[in-house]
Amino acid sequence: MSVQTEAGAVGYRPSRTMPLWAEVRRQASRRRTQLALGFMALLPLIILVAFEFGGGEDDEGGGAFDSLVELATSGGLNFALFCLAVSAGFLLVVVVALFCGDTVASEASWGSLRYLLAIPVPRVRLLAVKLIVALGYSALALLTMTVTALIAGTLRYGWHPLGSTVAAEIAPGPGLLRLFAIVGYLAVSMLVVAGLAFLLGVLTDAPLGAVGGAVMLWILSSILDQITALGDLRYLLPTHFADAWQGLLSTPAQSDDLVKGAISAVAYATLCWGIAFWRFTRKDVTS
Amino acid sequence: MSWSSRLRRPTRGRLVAGAVTLVILAGLVVWAALPDRVGWTQRDQMITVMSGPQRNESVALDTRLYLPRDRDRDGKVPAVLLAHGFGGTKLSVSDDAESLAERGYAVLTYTAQGFGRSGGQIHLDSPDYEVRDAQGLLDWLATRPEIQTDAAGDPRVGVVGGSYGGALALMLAGQDQRVDAIVPSITWNDLTNVFLPQSADTSATGVFKKGWAGVFFGNGGAPASLDGGGEAPPPVPTGNPACGRFAADVCAAYLDVATTGQPDRSTIDLLRRSSPAATLGQIKAPTLLIQGAVDTLFPLSEGDANARGIAAAGTPVRVAWFTGGHDGGAGPQTDQDRVKFLTLQWLDHYVKGDGGTPSDSFTYSRVAGFSATDRGLVTNGYSDDTYPGLNGTGSTRLELQGPAQPIANPPNGNPGAISSLPGTGGRLSQLLSGVAADIPGQFAAFETGAVSTPINVVGSPTVRLRAASPTGEATLFVKLYDVDQSGAETLSAGLVAPVRLTGLPASIDQAREQTVRLPAIVRRIESGHTVRVVVATTDQAFLSPVQPATYTVQVSSALELPTVVGTPIANPQTIWRYVLGGLLALIVVGLAVVLLVRRRGLRRQQTPTDPEYAETPLVVRGLRKAYADGFVAVEEISFTVERGQVVGLLGPNGAGKTTTLRVLMGLTMPTEGEAMVFGHRLVPGSPVLSRVGALVEGPGFLPHLTGEENLRAYWKATGRPWEDARFDEALAIAGLGDSIHRRTKKYSHGMRQRLAIAQAMLGLPELLVLDEPTDGLDPPQIAEMRRVLKRYATDGRAVLVSSHLLAEVEQTCTHAVVVNKGRIVASGPVEDIVGDSPSVQLEVSDVPAAERVLSELGVRSVLPDGPSGLIVDMNGTPRSEVVASLVRAGVDVDRVVPRRRLEDAFLALVGESTAGSGDR
Repeated sequence: MSVQTEAGAVGYRPSRTMPLWAEVRRQASRRRTQLALGFMALLPLIILVAFEFGGGEDDEGGGAFDSLVELATSGGLNFALFCLAVSAGFLLVVVVALFCGDTVASEASWGSLRYLLAIPVPRVRLLAVKLIVALGYSALALLTMTVTALIAGTLRYGWHPLGSTVAAEIAPGPGLLRLFAIVGYLAVSMLVVAGLAFLLGVLTDAPLGAVGGAVMLWILSSILDQITALGDLRYLLPTHFADAWQGLLSTPAQSDDLVKGAISAVAYATLCWGIAFWRFTRKDVTS
Repeated sequence: MSWSSRLRRPTRGRLVAGAVTLVILAGLVVWAALPDRVGWTQRDQMITVMSGPQRNESVALDTRLYLPRDRDRDGKVPAVLLAHGFGGTKLSVSDDAESLAERGYAVLTYTAQGFGRSGGQIHLDSPDYEVRDAQGLLDWLATRPEIQTDAAGDPRVGVVGGSYGGALALMLAGQDQRVDAIVPSITWNDLTNVFLPQSADTSATGVFKKGWAGVFFGNGGAPASLDGGGEAPPPVPTGNPACGRFAADVCAAYLDVATTGQPDRSTIDLLRRSSPAATLGQIKAPTLLIQGAVDTLFPLSEGDANARGIAAAGTPVRVAWFTGGHDGGAGPQTDQDRVKFLTLQWLDHYVKGDGGTPSDSFTYSRVAGFSATDRGLVTNGYSDDTYPGLNGTGSTRLELQGPAQPIANPPNGNPGAISSLPGTGGRLSQLLSGVAADIPGQFAAFETGAVSTPINVVGSPTVRLRAASPTGEATLFVKLYDVDQSGAETLSAGLVAPVRLTGLPASIDQAREQTVRLPAIVRRIESGHTVRVVVATTDQAFLSPVQPATYTVQVSSALELPTVVGTPIANPQTIWRYVLGGLLALIVVGLAVVLLVRRRGLRRQQTPTDPEYAETPLVVRGLRKAYADGFVAVEEISFTVERGQVVGLLGPNGAGKTTTLRVLMGLTMPTEGEAMVFGHRLVPGSPVLSRVGALVEGPGFLPHLTGEENLRAYWKATGRPWEDARFDEALAIAGLGDSIHRRTKKYSHGMRQRLAIAQAMLGLPELLVLDEPTDGLDPPQIAEMRRVLKRYATDGRAVLVSSHLLAEVEQTCTHAVVVNKGRIVASGPVEDIVGDSPSVQLEVSDVPAAERVLSELGVRSVLPDGPSGLIVDMNGTPRSEVVASLVRAGVDVDRVVPRRRLEDAFLALVGESTAGSGDR
């Protein structure tokens, strides 16, 4: 880039402001980042301990959950899958909404946003760096949980094929690939949450409003998705394909819904981010 | 682009965005709620046809004729006779009828005799009754002016039907050559094989399929049909409550076979007469045969027998299997779509005369797993060039292991093993989870080793069975389980092979091997799985012997699995992959375009817009800011800050100071006018802002970082070299001592303020803009701050300070700009403004006397100021003379205060509205 710098101060370059790494450290220093990541690492261990202690009591149960638990304790891959399955519906949504919704809104609420803009960090660059770092932390959270669960589960339950209630067992090697494909799809489907939260974070100065709003919209969409009377309209709901990752458990893998889910997520996320950038580059920053 | 247009856009944009969203939502709702305009009309009427062996029994049939609105070919269209399944009415096929009518066919649906509002009795698709009725309907169709005909009395007609209606289609085509094409689905070939299936190669009568027979008979016995809606059925004509609307001979046949499981001759004759098998050779109408793989009533073998029978006569026949049937329902959407496509293709070619000749390829589908979104089954479609029958195109032989085992037949077959749930319908999930349950002691199992490569089973597996029985007879049920690594066994589609063997020896050693043909299935046996063949004595879907007995059974080692390697049918869903690819490409291209446009815009920002002011830190010209709600924060403000100056922006709260500073920081876009820093017009993010340090509207710090970390984080964000920060100088100005290592959330207001000023001074910017810098500082700190600011403005730097305190500006600044209500009231060097004013404030003992004296002196004006005060514009008269004159006139003078211009200006505006003018 050959943009000459004489308009600005010595050493100032718009493209050098707000370095990614600076933003990574800025977010890393925050308690909420540490807590969220820590919890993602801790969750599999909590579940593991719960399985260890909870075994003896429910002899009379034998319900659907028991078979799930039995499946979950059948190997490291299945344990990781179980952890993913129980957190995909809500926990992941909250964590992603937290990372993406809070990043701009909290700067606005502290009043530090206007000083960043007065440096000046170009607004597009500020938003882009914040978004990339927030997405990076979201991915890190997802990976942290998966890897912890995989390690803890394998140490405790061993390295066995990936089993499921719907299809044949998958050998450990391909099973690991499937598991990471599931993680990949979850990451893609979480783009919707990331988009919503980020947009709300740009529109409001209240971090809680952005995070809570995104989670609420997600839940609302999930509820609407339960109403089968809506028919084909439900295909437009951002959560309609949220469970499509289960298709990766069957043999051969069912990828049709995954593709549709990816289209839906990418489209929604692009729309939200587009609006966020459009709005942020034009609005008066009043906080 | 002018700034004014950019400001109004958010509101207009918001309006537009809101309107667009509303319109889209409304459109979706309307689209979802509005019924489509249908392309056909329908007419209900009772049509009387002559039925019976002598054609002398008149029967009124409840019919509905769908006619397409759009009829070319002289207003004539080909017809489709659409027959319903057992227990249904003309309404049960309305969906299919509508979709066919939409495709340009006249569709005649009718309720078969013995059902719904039609008269007559159930004769079980008898050639003399139901088939005759259908012939009568063909006669009727030929007379309709809208229906295309091949010859007089010969309508152009296809016959479509499932189950009961499918058999009717076959039998009608066998009996009446006017039929041009038929599409029978999930139907039977021979009812004796259906209800008395025998899977072994012996002539002994099969095992009575009591479960399905009961469901069948119960459906016809109930006078009111569930599908009939609110229609009142005609009174039941027979007096026998056991028979319902069944004809007496059918009823007698059922009672006969259901009681003993051993039908007599007349029963077998009746069942044979009601079967297409006998007339298959006379069918000349091209036939598309659709059979379900999840069907324990009419399994794939029935469709296979039909296909072979019709093909033997040289009539074109095409076979399609789908994952559904009497147990599996309509099947997954992909299967429904495929069947519908094949049906229309067949009718279009052979009835309507459109489209090329359909190939005779064989299509089938195999379960691939669950759909995660709607919990339905997902199947993959496959095709093969020709129909391979039930023996596949290849075969795999597996070795079964297991010794001869004794198994017990319980009295009355109770308790009985479960393999399927006849009549529950649509429970596809049982395919995977499995309802199969064997009773210990009643079954023998023979198992293969783990399969090394996956086997695509398509067709009927065969095993060889030896059995011994003390009674000389045995009723056995042979099943094939797919067993996975964890031991879970799945009985494909719940299908079992019933076997009734006679003339058995008492000892297994003397037993003769017999081939048992297991039900045809479509299944992939994965590698690592094993196959288990189970021989059981009971099954709840079948009638087993009343007497208890113990048999000995042995399955020999050879298990033949027929295989077909089909070509996968392209999944129409694949298109979504291209959509996804296209979407991603579109996003990438869009992003690239946006970035290019932006980069070009950035380049423009770099060049000075006005070189004349390249050395002037700040020029504000005609600045105006009106908010979207109409509130005008800044009316018009123009001023200049030169190098070396400390300029005070003075005004009461709400005068527009902060708004002006926000514009200078690029945080707010002005409505009109402009601000230029070193000749560069300011827009948000102008690079020239890097030469400006700012404190606007109080400090903003990351609360969880220490003061020092905050400053470091801030400087990192500038991306500039660390040594340019002049960090120590800034820290010295903040003067926080050790508190610099504490978190800023623990700071007092003053500490934060000082840190913020230090932050603004990081890098010693050429222009420093401070909004109320002394807010929260104590007096010594304020004094220190003044010195800092004055010192700062040397070396060619400049400072702009806003304040609402007169003294502040007076003591700190070299220049002052006084604003009120968004306008400049006074501006200039402080000494000019602060210098003596022509007016003086007096406090006197006698106000009226003083006014008199002053008017004589020739001052310009006298204004009262409080109870004893006066403000006097001296008009050049020395103050000493005024005081002397007053004293001489006996007026005591308590105070004489010379007034200054700045104060004048300031007080004048404050006096006008002490309430302030709102938060600006």
